[in-house]
Amino acid sequence: EVLSGVVVITSKDIVQHQGISLTMEGSVNLQLSAKSVGVFEAFYNSVKPIQIINSTIEMVKPGKLPSGKTEIPFEFPLHMKGSKVLYETYHGVFVNIQYTLRCDMRRSLLAKDLTKTCEFIVHSLSQKGKLVPSPVEFTITPETLQNVKERASLPKFLIRGQLSSTNCIITQPLTGELVVESAEAAVKSIELQLVRVETCGCAEGYARDATEIQNIQIADGDVCRGLPIPIYMVFPRLFTCPTLETTNFKVEFEVNIVVLLHDDHLITENFPLKLCRM
Amino acid sequence: HARSRNYVSESEVYKLESVPLDFGDYHPLKPITVTESKTKKMNRKGSTSSTSSSSSSSVMDPLSSVLDGTDPLSLFAAAADPVTTTAAMDSTRKKRDKDDSSVVGSDFEPWSSKRGEILARYTTTEKLSINLYMGSEKGKATTTGSAVSEKVRTRLEELDDLEEGSQKELLNLTQQDYMNRIEELNQSLKDAWSSDQKVKALKIVIQCSKLLSDTTVIQFYPSKFVLITDILDTFGKLVYERILSMCVDSRVSLTDNFSPESVNDTAKETCLNWFFKIASIRELIPRFYVEAAILKCNKFLSKTGISECLPRLTSMIRGIGDPLVAVYARAYLCRVGMEVAPQLKESLNKNFFDFLLTFKQIHGDTVQNQLVVQSVEIPLYLTLYSPAIDWILQCIAYHAPEVLLTEMMERCKKLGNNALLLNSVMSAFRAEFIAARSMDFIGMIKECDESGFPKHLLFRSLGLNLALADPPENDRLQILNEAWKVITKLKNPQDYINCAEVWVEYTCRHFTKREVNTVLADVIKHMTPDRAFEDAYPQLQSIIQKVITYIYDFSLLFSVEKFLPFLDMFQKESVRVEVCKCIMESFINILNALLHICKTMHDSVNALTLEDEKRMLAALINGFIKMVSFGRDFEQQLSFYVEARSMFCNLEPVLVQLIHSVNQLAMETRKVMKGNHSRKTAAFVRACVAFCFITIPSLSSIFTRLNLYLHSGQVALANQCLSQGKA
Repeated sequence: EVLSGVVVITSKDIVQHQGISLTMEGSVNLQLSAKSVGVFEAFYNSVKPIQIINSTIEMVKPGKLPSGKTEIPFEFPLHMKGSKVLYETYHGVFVNIQYTLRCDMRRSLLAKDLTKTCEFIVHSLSQKGKLVPSPVEFTITPETLQNVKERASLPKFLIRGQLSSTNCIITQPLTGELVVESAEAAVKSIELQLVRVETCGCAEGYARDATEIQNIQIADGDVCRGLPIPIYMVFPRLFTCPTLETTNFKVEFEVNIVVLLHDDHLITENFPLKLCRM
Repeated sequence: HARSRNYVSESEVYKLESVPLDFGDYHPLKPITVTESKTKKMNRKGSTSSTSSSSSSSVMDPLSSVLDGTDPLSLFAAAADPVTTTAAMDSTRKKRDKDDSSVVGSDFEPWSSKRGEILARYTTTEKLSINLYMGSEKGKATTTGSAVSEKVRTRLEELDDLEEGSQKELLNLTQQDYMNRIEELNQSLKDAWSSDQKVKALKIVIQCSKLLSDTTVIQFYPSKFVLITDILDTFGKLVYERILSMCVDSRVSLTDNFSPESVNDTAKETCLNWFFKIASIRELIPRFYVEAAILKCNKFLSKTGISECLPRLTSMIRGIGDPLVAVYARAYLCRVGMEVAPQLKESLNKNFFDFLLTFKQIHGDTVQNQLVVQSVEIPLYLTLYSPAIDWILQCIAYHAPEVLLTEMMERCKKLGNNALLLNSVMSAFRAEFIAARSMDFIGMIKECDESGFPKHLLFRSLGLNLALADPPENDRLQILNEAWKVITKLKNPQDYINCAEVWVEYTCRHFTKREVNTVLADVIKHMTPDRAFEDAYPQLQSIIQKVITYIYDFSLLFSVEKFLPFLDMFQKESVRVEVCKCIMESFINILNALLHICKTMHDSVNALTLEDEKRMLAALINGFIKMVSFGRDFEQQLSFYVEARSMFCNLEPVLVQLIHSVNQLAMETRKVMKGNHSRKTAAFVRACVAFCFITIPSLSSIFTRLNLYLHSGQVALANQCLSQGKA
């Protein structure tokens, strides 16, 4: 594919320069989470930025540009380096996949070089084949909860629901339904917590971190019993990408349904997701 | 041959003590001519010239002073409308419609007219507070070079700021302060937008929407809703217009029904950005409100956008736990829906049905606790729901088929004849629908739970409907009896009079003066103790208005025994005067109507009219003129005669009559003044004589003329108008 656009130079006077060039860069930046620092030697190597693309073209030879506005169109073909796959743009906490276009104008010793950078977004091609929907039904009661110390102190409740599919198309919202059939304590809030699970490392060792991307409240206050409440969440651009697994890193997603009761009890149900672009 | 007359003795009889005549500045002819020309102008149909009297005289022209809307035609039109403002609003809503169903016609009462009513009614003297978490504008942290797009940066900040940002908590605001603050927010929204700080604008809107999840000082909630949704509307409009302006360039301009294909990519991208931004708002209530506010922008993206969005937003409201907050959210959605896609009825109906499902929450613990904490009684709490439910039902009932209305009624019935719903149904549905089922409704009202919504309000709503449409013939009396049974038992005078006012109209419409009398008697009985009438002047006035409108036969009116005692209740001078003015205006209108009729008759006389006909017409007009008496107000009488003269100039007998009448007037003046004319009356009498003097020559018959000259001369002499007499 080709990245096309226009470089616009505006100036009051005639501009003298030593050449204008465009550089396209794409890389995966991995960060170490605090807990994994110093664990494995091999780790440090695998955590270097991985270059996906890097190429430069000379647009204009050294010379003069007239005053006023000069527009220079360009077409920049995307050439992969090494790996045959272009990962999608993704801004995470420990993993960052970013593509930038930089324009440099070199100038004489007396004047400073000018530069301007701009990010561009890369989306992968639609995957072939059909998405197989994988609906999940769930029931939450005090009994189904794990990690509970004093089950007896929990108020009685019964929450039922379903997610339309845990295999999600990234351009479409996550949907489903939830019903509070009964609850002894009043409900304070019900939320959908979208979580990214980033794994950095290699065969010898890796660090796995789950962080929250966003939290969407779907119920505020003590909702009516027996009335289905919609589960609906749009996947935010830039902060989500199709589920990605490589030799060096993994980017995965999960959603937590969080029910907060008035007595400050917090109930969570976890659902791993698989995002893809169709 | 002529009879002999003893002129001397006769003159003795008529002569008075001589009083020196004196002409002062006050010239009798001047005011009359001025008035005359004025009335000539006024009498044109549809003329709207002002009635300010240009002369210094106190000659009141009866015809000109009552123009400005109260000429016969407009009064007849106005008589159809109920007088009180609330009633007027309800009635304009219910006019018959023949519009295309996809467009909201002019018979749909818009939100703008309800705003004011809500703001006026739902007030509080308690202190209010505003909690605003305005995120501070931290320095733009660069995560990965300066290449990160602004959207990303500020998005991350937003997520942080909403929790940690600076918190403005304004406590102890009076209602007026609160309203001012909201207005300030509205203004800062507009300012932020125009200085291209779109993110800040969004933050402001989000914070404002959050205020709607706060139900402290619950009596103020409906007004709060009105104020904040104004801001939401502003925001929605700003976003829509911004995107629209991106679509318009010198070549292309979009019509109202543009399709997404004609929207360019940049505009689409901007629109999408907004939706993405809003979809990531954490809290349910602001996310709902802001997305509803920009619902219209879906048009830029796809044809089906709105029809997909509306049902989704409708379901979203189920997540709102507080039933009051939820019902107002529904009202907002209905309002936006009606503006953007009135044809999508399904969502509207669904909103209402969902509301019915959640109704039981009102009796749940959360609400009950709230009421206890705020010391608010259930009946008052329920009335807070009315504006929202009324609005939702109005949207649903608009152009709805009868089948749907019946189904709605059935569903409401299933909820145990809930008074609150019943009231809203009666307010929203077509008057004809309600009137036809009056007995049913009365039955339902009777079965309503006493401890909830006040029953007199229900009867009032029913009455308002019956003012617009008639119930079946056989039921009418029973309806009145049933209603009055309840109304008369009301202890609170305010409640009573609000109800009675509405039902008086019903009585006047369908029954005789006997019933009207009974009703008036009842009103007097209720309103006299403790001078209760002092607080109810507007309602009492409107009752008088209605009675006059329906009973236009004045003799009948005054024969209603209780009419005058009723008038006695108006003890405050200014109000009394107003009421009397009212009555007089009606009377005068009748006069005007008759005058108009006479004029028409007169104008129809032309050269071809038969002599007989002319005589007949003249006789009729004379009869009318003789009937018109302004009592002691001689000046008015004279001007009336002047007016009449100009109108009926073609009919001689009429002119003769007029001259006689004027003479009589002069004599009466003399009688009243017992022979001693004051300066004013002397001038007046001279005016009368002048009138005769001018008019007589226009008569054709010499004998008549002579006779009249004689007569007038005598009158003049009697009144010491020597010079005129001589002429």
